Amino acid sequence: MPVKTIDEINQKISEGKAIVVTAEEMAEIVQENGPKKSARMVDVVTTGTFSPMCSSGAFINFGHSAPPIRMTRVWLNDVMAYAGIAAVDAYIGATELSESRGMAYGGAHVIQDFIDGKDIQLYAESYGTDCYPRKSITTTINKNNVNQAYMFNPRNCYQNYPAGTNSTDKTIYTYMGTLLPRFGNVTYCTSGQLSPLLNDPQYRTIGIGTRVFLGGAQGYIAFEGTQHDPGQERMPNGTPVNLAGTLALIGDMKKMSSQYIRAAVYEKYGTTLFVGVGIPIPILDEDMAEKTGITDKDIYTTIVDKSGQTTFSQRVSYQELRSGSVTIQGRKVPTAPLSSMKKAREIAQELKQQIQAGEFLLTNPVEYLPNHQKRLNKLDIRGD
Amino acid sequence: MTMKVSLTFPPSKVTFPLMTVLVRKYELEVNILHADVHLNKTGKLIVDLSGEKNKLDEALQFIEQQGINYHVFNGTLTWEEDKCVHCGACTSVCPSGALTISAPEYSLAFDNEKCLVCGLCIKACPVRVLHLDQREIEG
Repeated sequence: MPVKTIDEINQKISEGKAIVVTAEEMAEIVQENGPKKSARMVDVVTTGTFSPMCSSGAFINFGHSAPPIRMTRVWLNDVMAYAGIAAVDAYIGATELSESRGMAYGGAHVIQDFIDGKDIQLYAESYGTDCYPRKSITTTINKNNVNQAYMFNPRNCYQNYPAGTNSTDKTIYTYMGTLLPRFGNVTYCTSGQLSPLLNDPQYRTIGIGTRVFLGGAQGYIAFEGTQHDPGQERMPNGTPVNLAGTLALIGDMKKMSSQYIRAAVYEKYGTTLFVGVGIPIPILDEDMAEKTGITDKDIYTTIVDKSGQTTFSQRVSYQELRSGSVTIQGRKVPTAPLSSMKKAREIAQELKQQIQAGEFLLTNPVEYLPNHQKRLNKLDIRGD
Repeated sequence: MTMKVSLTFPPSKVTFPLMTVLVRKYELEVNILHADVHLNKTGKLIVDLSGEKNKLDEALQFIEQQGINYHVFNGTLTWEEDKCVHCGACTSVCPSGALTISAPEYSLAFDNEKCLVCGLCIKACPVRVLHLDQREIEG
């Protein structure tokens, strides 16, 4: 069954001979030629997603002042960053809110401003030590005057996500957007047929160490993402019908572009970050050709009641969701996406061009992602 | 003249036949653009009211006296297209189909003609590229 190896594909990329297509183009190729022939025709399939991903943030090393400070509490543009690590290291998380501006500005905006090259106000405090006597510092940082600034996102690229609706009599404001009363709308969030983990549903080529397109830079898969749960129910084509796999991603934030990283605010929920990710999938054999040949009609998710008031659940294909409406309890309900298909396509195209130009080589996974049955642990309440 | 008005009925006023009064007493032409009215619940109507200016002013006074809140929209919605990420979140709350995103391009499209200037999309937009340019008269 093997058709080619990743090393052979990289050789072709270096020679400018690799055949690279996007996952949407691959779907047409597979439909026309079948998976066996397509596996010989195509070397790499590029995927893309541009979605709000809350579990995102960045480590920044600010450099040392004279006299030095061992920062214990850090604020960037009045947004608190986690400083419980070494002296001038901090982690700014996307969902942390501004102390003065609340939900209008958060860690995600700090990240976008940093990427845009803007000056960011840094204020830090300390208790002072013999080796780090300074007790506070006020200054400005930007991407040219800090040492490292790398995005490290503990959970990106959810393989699939439930669609949201609202059974109650009131509008609710959620991370799935504004959900109108009495099943007034349904929102969903995926690039579907273009989504990285839906095109390699059993993680055969996407693994730890895989080089990825992250926010316009070249990044890497650092580990399985938090809440990685491959044991979800799956369709015969291997795609899960619920959350399933996730990725922890890392990449140089100084090289990113706000074309692919954007701060976001969800009303009465808070801030989050649109993260643009593209992952190349090597077409090693007929199976990978078949897997990357899927379309939205082959991928299903579950509509759930985000108010938490009912156990309402309805399975639906992304083709139905993308049609603009679905039928719930006999009534036509409008649907709306939260993930940008237009941006996902831009990313898949950009990655395709980089590979064709020999600027982006594929990687063998250093280690495969867990792909066995397991369930997530729940948090028991043991106090008042 | 015509004005676009948003009316918010307290639950006790939902059964009041306001539109009939506006037509008969104030000789207004009423075009209901959006309605979300249920018994014993706060109701919302968005309407175009057309008629003579003094009649419109009197009608708004009457509406206020009934304990019904109104907003007159005389602004327009602006969309910073170059900053838009085309996610589609705004389309989930747009009651009139002025904001749409559909196959094959999945680019957001805005039809000013269909816009009710209800403002729901402004807060639903996660990247804050929709704005209301308005001078709003509140009642």
